[in-house]
Amino acid sequence: MDSLKFSPPPVSKAAEDLRLEVRAFLKDALAGQTATEKAQSWNGHSPEFSRLVGKQGWLGMTWPKQYGGQERSALERYVVVEEMLAAGAPVSAHWIAERQSGPTLLRYGTQAQRDEILPKILRGECYFAIGMSEPNSGSDLASVQTRAVKTDGGFVVNGSKIWTSNAHLSHYMILFCRTDARSEDRHSGHSQFLVDMKTPGLEIRPILFSTGEHQFNEVFFKDMFLPDAALIGEMGQGWKQVTGELSFERSGPDRFLTSFAAVKGLSGRIGTEPDDRGAIALGRIVAHLMVLRRMSRSIAGMLEDDLDPALQAAIVKDLGTSLEQEIPEIARQIIAVEPGEGADGELEAMLDYIIQHAPTFSLRGGTREILRGIIARGAGLR
Amino acid sequence: MNISESLAVETSERLLREQCTDTVLAAADAGIWQQALWEQLTEFGLPVALVGEDQGGIDLRIAEAFAIFRLAGQVALPLPIVETVLGNWLLSRAGLEPFEGPVSLVDGTALSLSAKNDGWHLSGGAPRVPWGRRADIVVLVGGKVARVGRKGVTVSEGTNIADEPRDGLAFDAQLENAAVADLPGKTDLMAVLAAARCNQMAGAMERVFELATAYALEREQFGRPLAKFQAIQQNLAVLAEQVAASNAAAEMAAEAVEGEIGRIAVAAAKTRVGEAAGIAASIAHQVVGAMGVTEEFSLHHLTRRLWSWREEYGNETYWAREIGQATAKLGPDALWPAITAV
Repeated sequence: MDSLKFSPPPVSKAAEDLRLEVRAFLKDALAGQTATEKAQSWNGHSPEFSRLVGKQGWLGMTWPKQYGGQERSALERYVVVEEMLAAGAPVSAHWIAERQSGPTLLRYGTQAQRDEILPKILRGECYFAIGMSEPNSGSDLASVQTRAVKTDGGFVVNGSKIWTSNAHLSHYMILFCRTDARSEDRHSGHSQFLVDMKTPGLEIRPILFSTGEHQFNEVFFKDMFLPDAALIGEMGQGWKQVTGELSFERSGPDRFLTSFAAVKGLSGRIGTEPDDRGAIALGRIVAHLMVLRRMSRSIAGMLEDDLDPALQAAIVKDLGTSLEQEIPEIARQIIAVEPGEGADGELEAMLDYIIQHAPTFSLRGGTREILRGIIARGAGLR
Repeated sequence: MNISESLAVETSERLLREQCTDTVLAAADAGIWQQALWEQLTEFGLPVALVGEDQGGIDLRIAEAFAIFRLAGQVALPLPIVETVLGNWLLSRAGLEPFEGPVSLVDGTALSLSAKNDGWHLSGGAPRVPWGRRADIVVLVGGKVARVGRKGVTVSEGTNIADEPRDGLAFDAQLENAAVADLPGKTDLMAVLAAARCNQMAGAMERVFELATAYALEREQFGRPLAKFQAIQQNLAVLAEQVAASNAAAEMAAEAVEGEIGRIAVAAAKTRVGEAAGIAASIAHQVVGAMGVTEEFSLHHLTRRLWSWREEYGNETYWAREIGQATAKLGPDALWPAITAV
């Protein structure tokens, strides 16, 4: 099975120079962060920080110059992204726009959509929500019920989306819905639309996380009118487009660095002369991270070469999120801690956050079981 | 150059797949040296894969040799090709003549080499040397390569879980001046051998995955192939992930040897691949059922090697501890830079 081989990641001097620049920037920009902020990883939301990153030219840096991009390599972008995550930077505001919505518009969007939106994403001013999951369509994405019906000059949309992270803080959503009545082929008849979150007929209701945080939402569409110009790509080709989007969503360093703050915390607690148990635990995590990083950078190389890494991305996400979930469990095997927000130590505060959010790591972006199903299909088992 | 386009790698693959049959493996398990197969490898030039053409070798790149080690792992090759290639590599780099037959390698950190009688005297003991009973011995000790051969070597035979010879050697060897030479550059032999085992293990796991998958597609229960059961699919997907991670780690280790990057990349690779080996073997045996633990089904040739090789030249505990000590020493803020340096 060839997809079990990951070609060696590209090497780039420019990327390594850039790395030092990013590190220096983050050292200043993130001074004074609390332990919980560090643990939030890519859930930390700060438009101010996103604009600062945009000003550095580090958003959409691979995009064409005509939209304000720099046409730099996927590897350089990778370096920026992983440095942000490793440092616990609050990247959530621009995260989805930069990671997948912008690339989707670049590939399938109309000229007008690109001209309008891409420069704003680059400046760190324009944020996106994902419009995929529905109350009755989670893992079974193809079964979505939300429907856009063709009308004069546009479409009328009815239905709802759920688990929409930051819908209330976003400017746009890429909506994945049906445009044809259900056909024989369940993977046809979908389309994608660019939806302004202020469109009349769109209503956002919060769903609070078990900690009380507001990140998730349910988004309702009641006779919402979208002009023809809102269609992204080809009508009826939504499934093909959305699976491409998922490769961007699944392969990045955000799939193994979410708990990295706790690894640093663990390192601090076992000290510079750790006993065997502490050293072995830390060493094992570092070994896993080094290998995952190599696999993930290999995928960045594939994306650069316009190859489809859907299967490799599924592998990296499942291995990576499994490690992310294991990290807090390892930490508490080595150090006797009681996680808690007001607790004395940094590690305690980080674990408080990470343990409660860890269940989502293997849900969002495709559940563990779905990913393993994709891998099994790749192996010819189904 | 892309390794998959290497003619030497491609030819080796064909040769190994054709010649390393179940009959050969069963005979090797019984302790019989596979001379006919060895001669074919020699004819192709594999023992001198990393020796320059001026010394009669075929001058492959290190990455190519390690890719061939992976293929040797795929077929559970019951011969010391890894040790021979690397032993002759050391000899040729030190300006010494490669051996014609099988070679084994000893990391002589615990041995003593001293000037004596117009030559050198080598003494001390080395445990669990692969094919120590059969191979000409090369020792790396104190920055020098010693072309020992078999004189002055006493063997106490042993085997690993896979019935491969792992023999204790006691040295009381008088060597001529011309048999000892300085090795230019720095070579961390333990790390090189660990990197080689990573590649053999990655190869063996690829084959383990193939066997388990083929069995699941063929074997029927409840009126359909095992492969149609989600529980089986999910387990085989986990196995596939471990193979993928091992392939990446094995390449990382080979690159580290080629680029003289040092121990930490190899340490990470051996830690990761060793862990994968246990998971892969366990899932494959579960899928294949009782058939997999019989002598006649070839899975055990691979899994018994995985259980052996993961211990050799540092197991997960050994290497993870070394990585952990090295990174903890630098403090938490230096942790990420240490990871990106690989």
